[in-house]
Amino acid sequence: MPQWIRACATDDIDEEDLIRFDHGGATYAIYHSPEGDFFATAGLCTHENIHLCDGLVMGHLIECPKHNGQFDYRTGEAKRAPVCVNLRTYPVRVDGTDVYIEVP
Amino acid sequence: MSKRDYSLLGPDGARAVETGLAAAEWYHTDVPRKVMKELMQRSDQPAIRDTMILYGCMIAFAAGGIAFWGTWWCVPFWAAYGVLYGSASDSRWHECGHGTAFRTAWMNNAVYEIASFMIMRNSATWRWSHARHHTDTYIVGRDPEIAIMRPPAFVRLIGAFFGIPDVIDFFPRMIRNALSGPTAEERTFVPQSEWAKVQRVAIVYTAIYAATAATAVATGSILPLMVIGLPRMYGAWHHIMTGLLQHGGLADNVIDHRLNSRTVYMNPISRFIYWNMNYHVEHHMFPMVPYHALPRLHEVIKHDLPAPNRSIASAFAEMWPALRRQLAYEDYFLKRDLPPTAKPYREDFHRAALGDLPDALPAE
Ligand code: FES
Repeated sequence: MPQWIRACATDDIDEEDLIRFDHGGATYAIYHSPEGDFFATAGLCTHENIHLCDGLVMGHLIECPKHNGQFDYRTGEAKRAPVCVNLRTYPVRVDGTDVYIEVP
Repeated sequence: MSKRDYSLLGPDGARAVETGLAAAEWYHTDVPRKVMKELMQRSDQPAIRDTMILYGCMIAFAAGGIAFWGTWWCVPFWAAYGVLYGSASDSRWHECGHGTAFRTAWMNNAVYEIASFMIMRNSATWRWSHARHHTDTYIVGRDPEIAIMRPPAFVRLIGAFFGIPDVIDFFPRMIRNALSGPTAEERTFVPQSEWAKVQRVAIVYTAIYAATAATAVATGSILPLMVIGLPRMYGAWHHIMTGLLQHGGLADNVIDHRLNSRTVYMNPISRFIYWNMNYHVEHHMFPMVPYHALPRLHEVIKHDLPAPNRSIASAFAEMWPALRRQLAYEDYFLKRDLPPTAKPYREDFHRAALGDLPDALPAE
């Protein structure tokens, strides 16, 4: 049953950056875009099990710290080798200064 | 340890998967996120400048070589052109393959394709082999880019300074790839979705080499091959000289880049040709830091790394005797001493990964 979980405060993440969020045995990545919007994806790269939170956000791309694979974190689309499999994304809503994600 | 089997389909690779050495979590020095973000920032400007210098010099040196062809005056021009073609292409292939050299993706891709052709590596295959090299650096049976296998094959190593083994390997592989796509071993690390691309790239390379060879035959001169193809041999020495130092003589089957990689201080010309890959521990630990930021990264984390070698000569003086020693005793390696300020990492695991062996023997 999907549920909304508070992941962080809006000012926990710099613009054009991300943080890691763990919940219920799963790991997620929460992004703050240059336009000020928030997004959420699975926390691990689909190439190998590497945490994306140590990677680099450039515009709407997240670059994985291990082999520089890239995803569009808004859609999860794999954008640059060696990643071929898209990243799972999760709905996000902002309530005041709180960021919520909907997890399965 | 029994004899190492470097085949990607062999028992050592399978054992690395079983023991957890493959795809393991490697050591990283703690760097504050704010500092790391700043170091990772991409910029087109340094790589545009360096690429203009590189291609500009190549055109000028080739023009000099052609103008003085038939006289001894052409020799220094070809020597310089060769190093830029047959060695600088290695570092451009490497950095642009990581996608860190330029900020703009198409610039990385364009320089990557040109460099891959010059260094004689199928651009579609090698992207993947290098990813594996970063996942499983010097893990026997997993890393397809181990330059010095144990015991070291010295004839092959010396031949590599002239590009001989690489060229001998490249052409039959190119033809095979052009006819039937990746080989069985290549298929272990290249995803199936890319197999057709491997074949397409090989067909393009074959066509360019065939056209160059045909021009040489038609004109009755090796001059076309001096421009395309041969510089991969007569200019290879610099990238072999620097490349062997990356991991040569150091531990294998460990998961801490401080123990299996070498940082060497180098002169500015070598650093231009090598695009700062002399900061090799730093590059492996943080591959998303672009080449132009590696000296700054080195300053930030050097308290946690073994002392760098002070020059190419001193690094060779350390490595070469170790390689000779591995001829008689292939388990020998240079154990890296971490500074007192460094954090240790999984030494238990490293000892286990090295079997029941004693630590590295003292140097002779
Ligand atoms: S683990 Fe993310 S690109 Fe390889």
